[in-house]
Amino acid sequence: MTAISPISGATPAPDLSVLTVQNLTVSVTTEMGAKPLVRDLSFTLKRGEVLAIAGESGSGKSITALAIMGLLPPNVAITDGGVRLGEIAISKLPEHQMRALRGDRIAMIFQEPMTSLNPVMTIGAQLVEAIRAHTVTSRAQARLRALEALRAVRLSQPERRLDQFAHELSGGMRQRVMIAMALALRPQVLIADEPTTALDVTVQREVLDLLRDLQRDLGTAIILITHDMGVVAEMADRVIVMQNGAMVEQAATRTLFAQPQAPYTQALLSAVPRMGSPARPAPDGAIVADLTDVSVRFAMRGGVLGRVSHQVHAVEQVSLQIRKGETFALVGESGCGKSTIAKAIVGLVPHSGRITIGERALSDLDSAGRKDLRRQVQMVFQDPMAALDPRMRVGDLVSEPLLIHGIGDAALRRAKAAELFTRVGLSADQIDRYPHEFSGGQRQRICIARALALNPQLVIADESVSALDVSVQARVLDLLRALQREFGVAYLFISHDMAVVENIADRVAVMYLGQIVETGTRAQVFTNPQHPYTQRLIAAVPIPDPTHIRPPVARLSGDVPSPVHPLGQGPLKLHLTDIGQGHLVAR
Amino acid sequence: MASYLLRRLIQSALILLGVAFITFFLLYILPADPVRQIAGRSASAQTVENIRRELGLDQPFVVQFLRYLWGLLHGDFGRSYLQKTQVAELIASRLPATLLLMAAGIACELALGITMGIVAALTKGRFADQVLMMTSFVTVSAPQFVVSLILLYIFAVQLSWFPVGGYGTFRHLVLPAVTLGILGSGWYARMMRSSMIEVLATDFIRTARAKGLTRSRVILRHALPNAILPVIAMIGIDIGVFMGGVVVVESVFAWPGIGQLAWQAIQRIDIPIIMAVTLVSAVAIVLGNLLADLITPFIDPRIKIR
Repeated sequence: MTAISPISGATPAPDLSVLTVQNLTVSVTTEMGAKPLVRDLSFTLKRGEVLAIAGESGSGKSITALAIMGLLPPNVAITDGGVRLGEIAISKLPEHQMRALRGDRIAMIFQEPMTSLNPVMTIGAQLVEAIRAHTVTSRAQARLRALEALRAVRLSQPERRLDQFAHELSGGMRQRVMIAMALALRPQVLIADEPTTALDVTVQREVLDLLRDLQRDLGTAIILITHDMGVVAEMADRVIVMQNGAMVEQAATRTLFAQPQAPYTQALLSAVPRMGSPARPAPDGAIVADLTDVSVRFAMRGGVLGRVSHQVHAVEQVSLQIRKGETFALVGESGCGKSTIAKAIVGLVPHSGRITIGERALSDLDSAGRKDLRRQVQMVFQDPMAALDPRMRVGDLVSEPLLIHGIGDAALRRAKAAELFTRVGLSADQIDRYPHEFSGGQRQRICIARALALNPQLVIADESVSALDVSVQARVLDLLRALQREFGVAYLFISHDMAVVENIADRVAVMYLGQIVETGTRAQVFTNPQHPYTQRLIAAVPIPDPTHIRPPVARLSGDVPSPVHPLGQGPLKLHLTDIGQGHLVAR
Repeated sequence: MASYLLRRLIQSALILLGVAFITFFLLYILPADPVRQIAGRSASAQTVENIRRELGLDQPFVVQFLRYLWGLLHGDFGRSYLQKTQVAELIASRLPATLLLMAAGIACELALGITMGIVAALTKGRFADQVLMMTSFVTVSAPQFVVSLILLYIFAVQLSWFPVGGYGTFRHLVLPAVTLGILGSGWYARMMRSSMIEVLATDFIRTARAKGLTRSRVILRHALPNAILPVIAMIGIDIGVFMGGVVVVESVFAWPGIGQLAWQAIQRIDIPIIMAVTLVSAVAIVLGNLLADLITPFIDPRIKIR
């Protein structure tokens, strides 16, 4: 079976609303009184329809979902308006009556499949429990229904899965279990809160296809909450765009993408990274970082004496060169080894093979030499809040690298911090504040300023824009490009997001199971992908264009092979062949 | 599994050897002289020397320690200096009473502590939570003998519900066990509370609620098994602290266990008994930890024994 049309084919019959939200206002109680999180929101959900609620973080979209489900946190409550499910005013129901509807007539799936299942109960027990909470059936019968539900979500080996625990399943499999659990009792309404955000792009593709197929077969109305306009374009019939707790626009999906009315919607759509940006000449400077046959293996121990029995081949004989002033992107899905390469370059994990930064090889240096080398290589991480010590002033954080390397005195370091702040688009008088006083995008700018403090030759950006809203993401990417022009710094840009990579990279390497399967300039890899895995990755990216017709792609099956091998054995080494002008593809 | 057990048992033997060495050494360098205790104040220097030679206490430390170890390997704990009986027999006659008291005490402590912790977590920030946390604070900081004496006074002296002390019936067991339970419950209440609050905020609890499960099922079936994991690990570690309480409580309630034996032995520097009680306690702690580690995989499937 292949999914072809991105838009649900059957037009829902008019005025068959299953869910009505009327003037909904949700507020949080704070020390300074009630603060509204969602303001005066009204919409209806028709039978069999997919309604997307799109918006950036803090727009109130998730709170709306929890308010509908009656699962608001203790200090948050509906302060005005209400929610009706058919004829029932569910927002006014006492808890025990609402509980009877929850999971039965209205169900929900969440963003984090890794943590949304109970780790100490089997998958089967959790499904059976959901079924038996609302229907009078024997345990054995409920188990049969659970099995049927797992089959419906196309989970491989469903009988075996029933007796497995969540940690034995991959993220995509867990999200299928969540969907099976939510749809086992055929609810009228399914609320999917960022259902694919935490998943790899090829897994996201499968889960989106699955949701659409189930929606077509069962006629469930879906409220799809997402920040990803590509997902909206592919899944939704109608879209509500929210900002700061209020609806700014509501329209049919095609209309919204073709003629966005509200300025905010226009800004949001223009910030979305799209594939197909114009080609740039690749810089041809000196080599800053040179990796030759770099491998990183982790030992797995067993037996009485704790001897090494197996090895995780995280990175396997990877060779690449990064040149001055260029952006080299490493792409691949979780577990492919892209972040491990970054750690090897900065010396956080031991490696074999040769890593040369500038003129010097990492393995030839003593600890003082390695410390000195770290001045040349700095990192910017994914989560800026976790990367900044909450008890230090941001100016001290930015100038700390200077302190560590004994550069300048206190006054000079402070001046340097102030200068860097203005360079990354912040104000120099903010340097005495603390990280929590900044927004997510500003915090990432602080991290970038810190990385630039030592004038490094290479900055490793490990998923540095993945946690940011698209409009913020676009501005941070602009900043990175501007800083590159100004300082001539090279970036090793690690990302799972093909659209972002396509926007910023000069050269690209695609990784799979610890090895590079394809590498070349951005144009070579994106316009002429040769390796099947590259093709699959690119094809899986949701396109923010509802008129785009997705070409039929064979549905992926099977699991990713394991990078764990017994001692003395290893994966087959892939040989890269040049198919023209440095475009290397594994055969 | 077998190789794991073997490894753990080897580790345990090494730990016990270390405990034996340190205890023996501390008793050796102790300024008080056990021979003086045996011989009495009026004994002549010659008598003292004879006793010292008889007990082998005139030998260098290493010789004494190796002799003791050699005896241990043959199941010989030595002879009590003062009671002149085999220490092994003394311990064997007293151990059942202590094990009974420990089991009852741990059961009380867990029942009280876990219940208090759950109730406090569910009423977080409200009145019941504050009262329970205040109570747990008092039990954690109250000296053992004070709690023992207060309970003794109220329930044995004033109300005469339970005997003042002794051993034999269930009624004899209640007060010492409850005393131990109250003393230990505070730690568990606090630990259970924070663990429960953490688990209640997780995504899978939200999933359980979204399925429409009843509140009691969400708490008992989903939250409790996850929240109790750190508490189980704690039980193994706690047995050492618990033994300290047992010594005091056995003395107050005249409970004829090894704690009371230890108390008497320490006062008279009866080295073989002190050594034996210390080693028996160490074995209890080591086994308690091993047991806790063996139980955990049954509750948490993510933990595998290798």
